[in-house]
Amino acid sequence: MNTPKKQKAGFSWLLKMAWRDGRASWGRILLFMASTILGIGAVVSIQSFSDTLKENIAFQSKELMGADYIIDSDKEPNERVQFLMDSLGGFDAREVSFASMASFSGTDQTRLVRVRGIEGGFPFYGSLETTPENAAQDYQQKGGALMDATLMMQFDIQPGDTINLGEISLPVLGALKKAPGSNSMFGAIAPPVIIPFRFIGPSQLVQLGSRVDYEFYFEDTTADLEVLDETVDPMLDDENADLDTHTSTSSRLGRRYENFGKFLNLVAFIALLLGCVGIASSIHIYIKEKLGAVALLKCLGATRRQTFMIYLLQIAFMGFLGGIIGVGVGLLLQQFFPYFLGDLLPVNLSLSVSVPAVVSGLLLGVIMSVLFALYPLLTTLGVSPLQTLRKQAAGSSLSRKWAWGVFGTIFLSIFLISLWLLDNARYALWFVIGIGVTFAILSGAAHLFMKGIKRYFPKHWNFEARQSLLNLFRPQNQTLILILAIGVGSFLISTLYFTKDMLLAQATLEDQQNNPNIVLLDVQSDQRQGVTKTIEGNEMNVISDIPIVTMRIASIKGRPVNEIRRDTVNEVNRWILSHEFRTTYRDHMVDSEELISGAFVDSADRQGVIPISVSENFVDDANVSLGDSISFNVQGVIMPTVIKSVRRVDWSRMEPNFNILFPAGILENAPQFRVFTTKAGNENVSARFQQQLVRLFPNISVLDLRQLLNVLQDLLGKISWIINFIASFSIITGIIVLFGAIRSTRFQRIRESVLLRTLGARGKQITRIVALEYLYLGALGSLIGILLSLISCWLLAYFAFDTTFVPSWFPFVVLFPGITLLTLIIGWSNSRGVIKSAPLKVLRRE
Amino acid sequence: MAYILKVDHLTKSYRSGSRELTVLNDVSFSIPEGATFAIVGPSGSGKTTLLGLCAGLDIADSGTVTLCGTTLSSLTEDERAILRNEKVGFVFQDFQLLPTLTALENVVVPLELLGVKHAETTGRTLLEKVGLGDRLDHYPNQLSGGEQQRVALARAFANKPAILFADEPTGNLDEATGEKVTDLLFELNKEAGTTLVIVTHDMELARMTDHMIRLKGGKLMKNETAV
Repeated sequence: MNTPKKQKAGFSWLLKMAWRDGRASWGRILLFMASTILGIGAVVSIQSFSDTLKENIAFQSKELMGADYIIDSDKEPNERVQFLMDSLGGFDAREVSFASMASFSGTDQTRLVRVRGIEGGFPFYGSLETTPENAAQDYQQKGGALMDATLMMQFDIQPGDTINLGEISLPVLGALKKAPGSNSMFGAIAPPVIIPFRFIGPSQLVQLGSRVDYEFYFEDTTADLEVLDETVDPMLDDENADLDTHTSTSSRLGRRYENFGKFLNLVAFIALLLGCVGIASSIHIYIKEKLGAVALLKCLGATRRQTFMIYLLQIAFMGFLGGIIGVGVGLLLQQFFPYFLGDLLPVNLSLSVSVPAVVSGLLLGVIMSVLFALYPLLTTLGVSPLQTLRKQAAGSSLSRKWAWGVFGTIFLSIFLISLWLLDNARYALWFVIGIGVTFAILSGAAHLFMKGIKRYFPKHWNFEARQSLLNLFRPQNQTLILILAIGVGSFLISTLYFTKDMLLAQATLEDQQNNPNIVLLDVQSDQRQGVTKTIEGNEMNVISDIPIVTMRIASIKGRPVNEIRRDTVNEVNRWILSHEFRTTYRDHMVDSEELISGAFVDSADRQGVIPISVSENFVDDANVSLGDSISFNVQGVIMPTVIKSVRRVDWSRMEPNFNILFPAGILENAPQFRVFTTKAGNENVSARFQQQLVRLFPNISVLDLRQLLNVLQDLLGKISWIINFIASFSIITGIIVLFGAIRSTRFQRIRESVLLRTLGARGKQITRIVALEYLYLGALGSLIGILLSLISCWLLAYFAFDTTFVPSWFPFVVLFPGITLLTLIIGWSNSRGVIKSAPLKVLRRE
Repeated sequence: MAYILKVDHLTKSYRSGSRELTVLNDVSFSIPEGATFAIVGPSGSGKTTLLGLCAGLDIADSGTVTLCGTTLSSLTEDERAILRNEKVGFVFQDFQLLPTLTALENVVVPLELLGVKHAETTGRTLLEKVGLGDRLDHYPNQLSGGEQQRVALARAFANKPAILFADEPTGNLDEATGEKVTDLLFELNKEAGTTLVIVTHDMELARMTDHMIRLKGGKLMKNETAV
């Protein structure tokens, strides 16, 4: 018996056949490809931009800090810190910075600013960018101020005008455009004003309770920064000071931006996934049409592997090409990011091409296309050559085991890609579960819808309405894929809107009588009466007058903080050990607090251990519980306390809240300052009040919450712009998928329409049938998407933000009708040619 | 006498819903090398099923098919495919050309699968032989039915098959075109010395062969020599 030899056609033949077969289907292949291009483009643009930003931050790390390393503390350096600094050769420049109110000659306006008093040649790297340019060099010698450029523009201040800071008045020498160590995000709340260090004392702005930062700059190119980080920093920690090198600071900053990049990457990845669903659906129909050719090739002697490989190569090539175009789109898109983010970026960006981003784009193109085409592709293996003789010969569906294998591979791959994008297995898993649930709900809803129509078919409806409903569950219908595409897109966009609303609602000042919109910080005890009088003189009320006592933790559960610091396996968050707590004392809880365990003690005396109340956050971060002891160093006096109650604090309330709360009767005689809150009826009253206050009490800082809210809104606006931008890729991908899905079933639609026309249906009737079909699909998909996002946002509000969720009307009023209309237009425009032409002409052409 | 195809007690059933339908029932016959052979019978008699089993496109429930000395049931699907590529040619009622390939590309597919060098030259010669030398780059949808079947004939003879199976080769053609295609089929077959097995219900065509068997209800009725 002769056993046939091995097939002789090699890989080049497979390539040739893939090319020959694909050549005739280029239009359709391009359409499949288009559905992944934007997703890949979005991923690549974000990846490349993040990489470039990280590189730029690392490259410009010295310019960002202005020095090789900094020692900083929120109190004046003690002898030990001085000694450590001396042993490092002494600092080369120093700075004292704090928030303060500023007023300007020639205008009545006042503004909270960040005063930076600098001495020495800081910055040693980079420069103070000013207009005029020489102002940066002259300000020390001439004794003037450099003022934030935006603030100067807002207040119409020109060089030569005077700025008043506490007891001093200085000429403004120039507009400060950029300075090492100034953060644009905080700069919007308190814009920087740089003055010579020697004026800090005379300004008399540094008083009890003032939040002052002391920074000592070192220029030492030979220093081993890693050694400093490992040896000197822990010693400084013991003294509540900190050493930051330019490299550690830049990598910390890089990580912060990287996190935002990771989030955006996920949004982009969803666009890619959506495109892949489009691929799966289009390839399914494409391969179905190729099954005859597969059977014939097998009949002529091609093996199962060969026929499988022909189409696999086609799809891999399509994915690769999509990857190339996607990478091109991504690299082009990243050019726009600096415009969106503007001054949120910490460095001047020189954009470059990130090789890893390009490679990952190409790989994503191939992997995702092949992965999502795998299910229909595998069906070619089961095609019998007998189909050449008998069309009905079975054997082209996949066994359940194979099907589960394919789905498993898809989910595993999505998980691995998410893991690569997020760098966190738990988040990646949640993301995959979230995606799975969303897709499952959307497809479940589509199935239910189809089942519902079948079961409760509205027989009394007119012909067009009935026919269009029937189209939704005919064989090879696109109901599922269209509902998925439209649903996921709507879900994404409306979730973004709802979340933005939620964040803003958290920060919005509720217009109630007792909700303050002005907070006065650093009010000294002897200024209490004067401040009260000024408030009342402006027909406003003191809403709260809260005493503040500053203290640090000395020991937790009997262990001194320095011992805890040295313990490498301690579970206490680092900030707890070095933070200067601003605490208060009172005999009651306030509206923003809720007792969650223990009993609130309203008053106590100095006999024995002091019963205190702590916040839930504090319990988590300090790793303590009810009954644990904590000792505080209250400006030199050690106070032993015990946790008697734990409160949940609503930190989102724009009013003073406290981690540590003492009972009445303990701290009344401790050195303290006060925080006042009040409410100004309108902007004029607020401005007049602030002017008076700055004139009478220059050391008091005024936080105008309305102004703060504007800054926050501006910030959220910028961030949401870029999120919307990336999310819009999902919508556009959705449209392409929609377009592709409609094109894929074009032939079937044509046959149906031609049949209807042959039977006497008029063009108008067919138009109505088509329009109604897309109307149902668009409305159902977008509605499910929006409702799904409404539910998830409500859950988010309830469990994560602990707030009442009032959804925005935008998704319902604009998104729902908008997407429905778009679906209708695309569907109708694709079928227009068919409706208009003569039946036979259409059939011949197709 | 050397037989190129031996069919021995062949039985094949299909499931139709809950019912088992026996399409072929204990069929046996042999075809000598180089002969022309017709399988005739009314619609539903099992002709096409028999052809499929003889060509290794399907596997019988019982009985054996020995093609070119190889028992088909002992081969895997891919081994049967390779055997077809090396030894078998096909002509179908509905031409079965790959719609995305040109006439020339369709003809060279079996040769390329065999790894033949200069396949295009052979393909070109074959197409010229069937009178389509000027239609090499035309796609199937640019050719008439008769022309498509001529391309299929060129493809069927491309790999110099030992045996050629033709399933109603004129079934989709008008009478005049059908006659021309039949003449061409026999002419090419004679030239190549290939064993020809035709499945048809066209008695005129069947009578052109050396041998004829008649199927009815899945059973072999008569084994007769052509008139």
